[in-house]
Amino acid sequence: MKIVLELKRFNPEKDKDPNWQRFDLDASPNERLLDALLHVSRVLDPTLGLRKSCGHGICGSDAMVINGKERLACKTLIKDAASGEGAVIRIEPLRTMPVEKDLMVDQRPFFAHYRLIRPYFFNPEPVTAKERLQTPEERSRIDDPTKCILCAACYSACPVRQEKNPAYIGPAAIVQAARFNEDSRDRGFEERLPALDDPNGVWPCESLFECTRVCPRGIKVTWLINLMKRRIQEYKRSFQAETSKPK
Amino acid sequence: MDDVAVHEYDVVVVGGGGAGLYCALEAGRKAKTAVLSKLYAIRSHTGAAQGGIGAALGNVEEDRPEWHAFDTVKGGDYLTDQKAALILADEAVKAVYHLENIGLPFNRTPDGRIDQRRFGGHTRNFGEAPVKRSCYAADRTGHMILQTLFQQCVKQNVTFFDEFYLLDVLIDGNRCGGLAALELATGKVHVFRARAILLATGGFGRMFRVTSNAHANTGDGPAVLLRRGLALEDMEFFQFHPTGMRGLGILITEAVRGEGGILKNRLGERFMEKYAPTLLDLAPRDLISRAMLTEMRQGRGMKGDGSADDFLLLDATVLGPQTIAAKIPEIAEFCRTYLAIDPAVEPIPVQPTAHYAMGGIPTDETGRVLGDEKGRVVEGLYAAGECACVSVHGANRLGTNSLVDLVVFGRRAGQSIADYAARAGIPPVPPSVADRAVEMISRLRGAKPGPSPEGIRDRLQEVMMQKVGIYRNGREMEEAVREVANLRHEYREVGLRDAGTAFNTELVDILELGNLLDLAYITASCALNRRESRGAQAREDYPERDDPNWLRHSLARLRGDRVDIGSKPVDVSTWAPKPRKY
Repeated sequence: MKIVLELKRFNPEKDKDPNWQRFDLDASPNERLLDALLHVSRVLDPTLGLRKSCGHGICGSDAMVINGKERLACKTLIKDAASGEGAVIRIEPLRTMPVEKDLMVDQRPFFAHYRLIRPYFFNPEPVTAKERLQTPEERSRIDDPTKCILCAACYSACPVRQEKNPAYIGPAAIVQAARFNEDSRDRGFEERLPALDDPNGVWPCESLFECTRVCPRGIKVTWLINLMKRRIQEYKRSFQAETSKPK
Repeated sequence: MDDVAVHEYDVVVVGGGGAGLYCALEAGRKAKTAVLSKLYAIRSHTGAAQGGIGAALGNVEEDRPEWHAFDTVKGGDYLTDQKAALILADEAVKAVYHLENIGLPFNRTPDGRIDQRRFGGHTRNFGEAPVKRSCYAADRTGHMILQTLFQQCVKQNVTFFDEFYLLDVLIDGNRCGGLAALELATGKVHVFRARAILLATGGFGRMFRVTSNAHANTGDGPAVLLRRGLALEDMEFFQFHPTGMRGLGILITEAVRGEGGILKNRLGERFMEKYAPTLLDLAPRDLISRAMLTEMRQGRGMKGDGSADDFLLLDATVLGPQTIAAKIPEIAEFCRTYLAIDPAVEPIPVQPTAHYAMGGIPTDETGRVLGDEKGRVVEGLYAAGECACVSVHGANRLGTNSLVDLVVFGRRAGQSIADYAARAGIPPVPPSVADRAVEMISRLRGAKPGPSPEGIRDRLQEVMMQKVGIYRNGREMEEAVREVANLRHEYREVGLRDAGTAFNTELVDILELGNLLDLAYITASCALNRRESRGAQAREDYPERDDPNWLRHSLARLRGDRVDIGSKPVDVSTWAPKPRKY
């Protein structure tokens, strides 16, 4: 089918402002949008900047804004993005991060926020058996957040980050915190607490659900953020109850 | 060297996948270590591995590392070095527990231990019946390994250079003193001086048209060493995974069959009964891919015309929706996204897909790169993971053993490289060291836009797919060698069309294509040279395995346009080669 790719271009080496460029091409409805973009970058205009790697939604390289919504280009088929013959697909780089070139954004702020919550397993207790035991039920509690591929779609789509508070650590970092805090084997809750219980931690979230809507992995992101808020409140309550006990 | 930035580290690791990160974690405890990745490290292709990591934990049924080692040797059609296979199987157990201990969320048995499932070619008691050996985290085991190792690197504050592309390895005499890399953000060449470096650049399946490999799998490490005059081992052995998603090549994990899925032809027959009566759909991959091709050539594919896009069916409906949701959720999602089908209701259309390089950079069991037939060690140069050839996979890798290879040999290389770095200095590096890399880029920048790199890539992938694929013969491979040679000549006329310096992705694309061309040239030449059938090399003109003449590893060097192929012996010290039946 015939489609039009309308790409937001910006090359800081030569452009003062972003501009839109149209490419007419033939694409099969079942093709990945990434394939169409690669046709542009490899044949029509090799100066187009974009990232890609696995091509099937697991590496997280090609998140971008497609028709106004954050998606992975390799997990979006032409027929899902083009309404019909001759349809225009508008593609922009992710939001809330500086554009490096065309569809490539600087992911360093995203990873800096990710690192703030100490996204790693923490348990200083020695392992007595060969593995730390965990029931299938306990394991299933962390299944959802372990799916995260750090593509930054949620970080880009978050209205709070876009409009109010770019210092908010964002949904992905909190999902990572949930992945560990809810792991029955982990003992790092207090390690992660300062970054989460911070004015730029979990609290700026207003439950607007954009993160959940755009997550290409189908993670219940907002639900996990609210779970983390609740865990902090529970911790504080039990802490207060503990310290206010008569000696 | 005006425009060249210079860095100094004890150890520099190239590649941020499982092998690179494991090495960096180990080495980083003792030595000042940096990891270079041409992507962001967390985007590496280890993350795409699905079904599991094999280790004889015996959590579900009796198992022994010795059985795992034997299966690995037999799976490799006796081209596997047996001492290395024993190390692999032994240390797999330790490695899996270590991964669990640092947080990897494996699926669990009802009593809370790591759950295990069946996988192709993994058997109990030397081939009696399938055994549950694959430890898994749903069907995202590779994703969880990559995440877990990356998290530990964050914890340990490992230094990352993201989006640095390997241009050259600096070898003076027999000593490696660092490398040159291109910084994507600036277009600048950087020199990394080091006491030792490790290459963990992954596979190179992008030389084939239909592949499960990422765009980034272009064999940068092996290609660079090839151009530095070093030999590559067993490059003729390239694995085609039986179940790629039709047309797209996306991997459909063997775990689908491990959980009970069945391959069927257009008559609805479970055709593996004919080819592997004992292991059936859980036979090794080379055997199943050949069986599939035979079925399609004999008109029993779903299209029935035996054409390149003919396909067969993988029936997972017998698993039921609950098992699918719990054990292979990613596969279900791929099917919905790319095929608009529900595998609980409809069978999945599949065809073999180029998947894994058994061959690569020759190393010993501590990751040290071997420079010649006699096992001369190249000082300060290490390799691990898919780009390396220990050789534990021989002529055909068993499912789950790629992840085992990464963690076992990534870890061993990390320990040995740290020891080496503690006693070696940083070799002096002459000012001209980055010249080759700088020249290569200046030439591309200076050249007129000649032939289209896209056209060359397409033709390369097509010729490799058609003529150096699952079934091979001398006549077609001679044509393939000639065609790839011509493509390499054409490539020399390619010039950059994007004149920019910052984030010039075209430059990286073109350099990667050069690597694929050199590796394909070696692959086709080695395949033509080996006049027998063994593992993944199935020759119609030499259909039998020929131990007296060919029970040996190939070692191939590139001398300009000529390929020199030598050999070295295979370690068969534990199990004598036997005919391979399943």
